Amino acid sequence: MNLLSNPPFDPIAAILFIPAVSALVLAFLPGYRLTARLNVLATLLTFLAALYLLADRPAPSAYLFVDDLSTVFVVLGTFIGFTTAVFSASYVAHEVEIGRLTPGNLRFYHAMYQVLMFAMNLALISNNIGLMWVAIELATLTTIMMVGIYRTYAALEAAWKYFILGSVGIALALFGTILVYMAARPVIGEGQDAMVWTALVARAQYFNPDLLNVAFIFLMLGYGTKVGLAPLHAWLPDAHAEGPTPISAILSGLLLNVAIYAVLRFKILLAANSEAIAPGPLMVTLGLLSLVFAGFMLYRRRDIKRFFAYSSIEHMGLVTFAFGMGGPLANFAGLLHMTMHSLTKSAIFFAVGHIAQVKRTQRLSEITGLTESHPLLGWGLVLGVVAIAGMPPLGIFMSEFLIVTSTFAREPVLAIVLVLGLLVAVGALFLRLSQMAFGTPSAGTGRVEASYVPMFAHLALVLAAGIFLPALLVVWFQNVARLLG
Amino acid sequence: METFAFDVAHMLAGLMVLISLMLLYQVRMFALLNTFALHAVVLTLSVAWQAHIQDAPHLYITAAIALVLKAIIIPVALHRVIVRLGIGRTIETVGSIGSTMLIGLGLVALSMVVMLHATAGADPLAREDLAFALSVVLLGLLMMVTRRNAIGQVIAFMSLEDGLILAAAGAKGMPFVVEISVAFAVLLAFIVIGVFLFRIRERFDDVDIEALQEYRGERQ
Repeated sequence: MNLLSNPPFDPIAAILFIPAVSALVLAFLPGYRLTARLNVLATLLTFLAALYLLADRPAPSAYLFVDDLSTVFVVLGTFIGFTTAVFSASYVAHEVEIGRLTPGNLRFYHAMYQVLMFAMNLALISNNIGLMWVAIELATLTTIMMVGIYRTYAALEAAWKYFILGSVGIALALFGTILVYMAARPVIGEGQDAMVWTALVARAQYFNPDLLNVAFIFLMLGYGTKVGLAPLHAWLPDAHAEGPTPISAILSGLLLNVAIYAVLRFKILLAANSEAIAPGPLMVTLGLLSLVFAGFMLYRRRDIKRFFAYSSIEHMGLVTFAFGMGGPLANFAGLLHMTMHSLTKSAIFFAVGHIAQVKRTQRLSEITGLTESHPLLGWGLVLGVVAIAGMPPLGIFMSEFLIVTSTFAREPVLAIVLVLGLLVAVGALFLRLSQMAFGTPSAGTGRVEASYVPMFAHLALVLAAGIFLPALLVVWFQNVARLLG
Repeated sequence: METFAFDVAHMLAGLMVLISLMLLYQVRMFALLNTFALHAVVLTLSVAWQAHIQDAPHLYITAAIALVLKAIIIPVALHRVIVRLGIGRTIETVGSIGSTMLIGLGLVALSMVVMLHATAGADPLAREDLAFALSVVLLGLLMMVTRRNAIGQVIAFMSLEDGLILAAAGAKGMPFVVEISVAFAVLLAFIVIGVFLFRIRERFDDVDIEALQEYRGERQ
């Protein structure tokens, strides 16, 4: 952390300091056009700093450390943070024009955006389970405030529900964290060291397995709430639907991943103790439950953002399932799927944001004929939904194919349930897509000043990954998959 | 001294479980608020006692936060909200009080069994403390699902959080206890401000979450 002793560049310090300083600056700068641009610039710099982690990785300290696993999450997170900031700039400009947000709101919004980036980066690179908990709480609080920013009845209700369920989740996770400390204390000794993750994993073999078991159940339920796993998912659709659309993209593309990351850290910890329960089955059960539940729920949605929020629950269920199955192949597939889902889902929300703005509604039944009235937006949405449904040759097809085949090889019964859930969801996606994209255009055919670059950049990446995965990326993900055990 | 220290810590933690059970059956708003303030006072005593026997002066800060914020400021603030809303008369609860109490007793028994089994090797003080703390947490969760009113849920969440602070204070030498209690204080402040906003800034008709039900799932 000391900049002087490490003169060239310290990427860890950079990915924390850039958002923290930007948050302060943006909180005081007037003029939303300028702050929106600065927001983009700050996220770009953070992303570039995160890329530097690929080349040079500082040694772990008592508070912060970076390994292959956190690098995947940080690079993906900062990238989506950057593209979402680009989308957000054109989105908020329109919101100010129609008077839904005031410039004062936006100052708050941009400062919060940077605080959120800071909190997520901190959660991903913290080496201390207490610090990680505090960072995730901070990330939750900022998103709650951003969800409620429109101050409508529905937005406040969504923020309130998110608040209550998020707080319960975070409380359960804290209890689990305390239990891990209690398990570590007799072995490592009192104080700071018994919360340092690298020290915990190294000595996990000697911990009391019963205590670790109870701790994991609390952590899984607590952080699982933040992942949006059924039956604790109720906050997620509301938070996605009522907040500004860039936040929906951030929630689906980033925050859910951070929560998965926390679960994975503790999974590794439990796996290091041979007498503790295997964490896999619990994750498999919750993941499969969420997947099937969300698949059926998709049919009943009438709000476009809620619809895609349920699709996020489905995919996070699938990711959790894959990590729960474990083993090099399933872990690799889970990681790939998480990456592809983040890219695709945020691209879809970029399209949905502009669609909802031009149509002035979020009701699915009032959005039709998009490919005719807004060809670029419409076809972007079609491409995104085709990708999220897992059609070849796009990236999600590959990751879902890997998950399904590896499951068939090991647990055929689970694989049948898995495939059923996926098919149910695909049906709902295409049903709604055909209504939205084709047919006679509904009212609201005006021009839209959209930024298409982030959306098509994401989709291009997803397409490229489906056709050809660079060897470098494969080796990197394989390393992480091995780390996950 | 050892056994005396243990007995006092044990008694205070047990008292918290008892008050958590009392919270379950309060049907009047003001009575609920007063009982919660009592909960916070006992938490303060409990944390202060832990600070004394563990010789950990930083825990006094946690105790002070609990006393000032949760035993004084928040109850007073909520009291004013209740008066202004004129909802001091009754609280709607889901399910009958008898069955809620029975479930509550079951949860206490469950947490005793689970924690005493899981912590068989640990030192007795931490064991008992943790078992009581888990009871308080579970009772808080139960109370959250049995209250329909937003203020009732806030109080339930705060009692749940008291259990977490109790557990953290009982875990000897745990770092970050003060930081965590500050983080929770911030969270609570936001919740209470949220309740204020619901009512005063946005002029909502009531904070009964029953009224919010129509938005659940789908907007028409």
